Amino acid sequence: MDQSVKTSAAKTSAAKSHADRIQHVTSASGVEAWLVEDYTVPIITVEGLIEGGASQDPSGKPGVLNLLMGLLDEGAGPYDATAFQERLDDYAIEMSFGADRDHASLHLRSLARHKDEAFAMLGLALNKALLDAPSIERVRAQIMAGLRHESSDPDVMAQRRFFAEAFAGHPYAQSAKGTLQSVPEITRDDLLAMQAHLFTRQHLHLVVVGAIDADDLARMLDDVFGAWPVQAALRPVPTFVDVPRNKQVVIDFDVPQSSIRFGARGLARTDPDFITATVVNHILGGGVFSSRLFREVREKRGLAYSVYSHLAPFAHGPLYVGGTSTKNERVGESLSIIAAEILSLATDGPNDEELNTSKNFLIGSHALRLDTSSKLAGQLVHIKAHALGRDYLDRRNAMIEVITLQDAARVAKRLYGDGQMLSVIVGRPEGL
Amino acid sequence: MSGVDHDPLSFGAPVSHHVLENGLEVVIIPDHRSPVATHMVWYRNGSADDPQGQSGIAHFLEHLMFKGTEKHPQGAFSDLVTELGGEENAFTSMDYTAYYQRVAKEHLGRMMELESDRMQGLVLEDAVVLPERDVVLEERRMRTDSDPAAQLGESLAAALFAHHPYGTPIIGWMHEIEGLGREEALAYYRRFYTPDNAILVVAGDVEVEEVLALAQQTYGQIKASGHKPVRKRPQEPVLRGQKRITLADAKVEQPSWQRSYLVPSLRTAEKGVSEAIEVLMQVLAGGQSGYLHRKLVVEQQKAVAVGGWYHATTCDQTRLLVYAVPSEGVSLEAIEKAMEDTLADFAREGLDDKTLTRAKTRLIADAFYAQDSQTAMARMFGSALAIGAQVQEVLDWPAAIDAVTAEQVLAALKWLDHSKSVSGFLLKDEAA
Repeated sequence: MDQSVKTSAAKTSAAKSHADRIQHVTSASGVEAWLVEDYTVPIITVEGLIEGGASQDPSGKPGVLNLLMGLLDEGAGPYDATAFQERLDDYAIEMSFGADRDHASLHLRSLARHKDEAFAMLGLALNKALLDAPSIERVRAQIMAGLRHESSDPDVMAQRRFFAEAFAGHPYAQSAKGTLQSVPEITRDDLLAMQAHLFTRQHLHLVVVGAIDADDLARMLDDVFGAWPVQAALRPVPTFVDVPRNKQVVIDFDVPQSSIRFGARGLARTDPDFITATVVNHILGGGVFSSRLFREVREKRGLAYSVYSHLAPFAHGPLYVGGTSTKNERVGESLSIIAAEILSLATDGPNDEELNTSKNFLIGSHALRLDTSSKLAGQLVHIKAHALGRDYLDRRNAMIEVITLQDAARVAKRLYGDGQMLSVIVGRPEGL
Repeated sequence: MSGVDHDPLSFGAPVSHHVLENGLEVVIIPDHRSPVATHMVWYRNGSADDPQGQSGIAHFLEHLMFKGTEKHPQGAFSDLVTELGGEENAFTSMDYTAYYQRVAKEHLGRMMELESDRMQGLVLEDAVVLPERDVVLEERRMRTDSDPAAQLGESLAAALFAHHPYGTPIIGWMHEIEGLGREEALAYYRRFYTPDNAILVVAGDVEVEEVLALAQQTYGQIKASGHKPVRKRPQEPVLRGQKRITLADAKVEQPSWQRSYLVPSLRTAEKGVSEAIEVLMQVLAGGQSGYLHRKLVVEQQKAVAVGGWYHATTCDQTRLLVYAVPSEGVSLEAIEKAMEDTLADFAREGLDDKTLTRAKTRLIADAFYAQDSQTAMARMFGSALAIGAQVQEVLDWPAAIDAVTAEQVLAALKWLDHSKSVSGFLLKDEAA
């Protein structure tokens, strides 16, 4: 729009190289990690991903990986659950583990002066977790309580059903947390088998940011991961072919406002059009105060507080997904407006101003996604896992800058097709 | 290179505080790791300052502040932030309302120009006010009216604060939001949106002199109102008697129990008392190493989850809450009894040095970790000043926590006075 904007975009993309700041550290036994060494704040942040994720849960028994990850900090080595947690607190160590459809994840944060204890505790959790019967039952009960609570949360109900419909017959159909039926069935042997199956170096990605040097890190990588098998034998996950389009599911639920999910097949993270799709999605429903959906659904008509869309690039079945919540009486109206916006974007593409605004936003806001150690480590570990390259952060803005109106129109067409989609509505909707 | 540890009890960043002639307070927190600036303006008015019968107006006005001024009509500010790749949002609490943008540092001046413009220049017309009121009603339906746990939460707060406005939800009561309009919003705006009622916080890759010069050119041009709002809220009387509220709803799949107590805040407490309550809550409910978790979840297995929180940073008397999610087959009455017994056990057993030190280490580390995030730092100082604290008190907080003794922690138990508490029972309505 105005001159200062163009200058800023150019300036940001010419900023100093991220690749130069990333050291590729390899330990004596061959464990690899990226390191961004920075002593400004004496903290060390570690982010790790293990590919495979809950899609490796045994068939018909979702929730195994999630339960395993929930148990890693419930006692390990010489420490029972309470002693382990007390030791983390004694040294102010933050440690957490997670599971989603494609990844197991680990997060560690420590004051620099406690790094030895922090890595030692991480090693215990990953290699010597007790997985004792009382802890298994305790964490199982917590997961069950969470699942029961979510089973009557209209937004979660809509989300779950959307994935169940979108991925019918595929491992992705179920939540990584498992179900009220599957979680009680999980045995200790299932957990041990999952640990042996997934905890290998082949699909491990690690990023460390903060006050530690390469030599120290290499030593600690060996201590924690050195004994892991080099090769993995993941079960192949079928690539999902397509999400049902033109399907609408209504779950009757007695609430004044309906929760809605909509979407269809998206683009893979490694698809050459992915970055253009990110721009197109931003135009549709990505911006907080500026997307088409925000303007049409919220600002002009007051139909909803929240309305959004995002790309969900699952490894074996990428989606685009959107959501909103609107009072029952106006569900039909809201869905028609959303469908019309999607169709218009697919048919006519964005206009020049929308494209420029979105490109400028995505370029300019890049630095905001990297301004804490945790954010930087979190971004880098996904870049590493997707093999986008150490220089990806340096190339990203230039890739956005060259996107033309024709590119955006073509990718909008590819993404949204004829505008047909799957939608799930939980509530007492009217006007459908 | 080796890491240099900062004094664990002090902040690394040199935080500075200034006051402009018109009364605007300015806090500057340099952080040069990333070329980004966080710009926040805090107003010393929140939902507890809503005029009688107009609950929700502080929050409604927060929404309306995005509707444009004479100089920058609706959408212009947000469009600019988007163009520049910035992030923006706003939030309303019981005691304050705040607006922020995060941008590349070279755009800080523009943000200050537009934010200072909307401190006095807001233009409101029915055409934008009425749809926005619908948005707020949808927000309320989304957050509260579809969620029995949130509905019980409102009833409990209203019972605990029978007289003080903290008993009214920030978003307001449905029937009062429906009555809010343009006139009410403008009257409220003129009363509170003045430089002498505001605090400017800038964090990030900035120099103090530069920020002060920009502040002078923008906010400095606004005249002081000359009648700085004085907060005089009706204070809570001493109400004897336990209150118990039961909400049974067909949608509740996971029952839970909670209890709230009226306690002093950082602002109302005698020296050291708020810090002692903070340490007490860390000892009792600090995650998986907390006393309640160890006794009720690990040892007795009566609950799958327990916890609690203390909201220290409020202007007036505040709230402390403990909760429990019972194990299957354990009634809410049984878990309530077990919680009371466990608290009594704790009072009898006292507190050893190791436990005390562990709790303090964790609390102090949390404040230290906040330094990794310029937004977290800006929020920490902004919220403190907005409730009437000084910069030095925030800086001294870790040392004040460190000074808490075991005797003070045990003395703080007196605030958990069951005879004046409010208990909540959330359960499934089996008849429905």
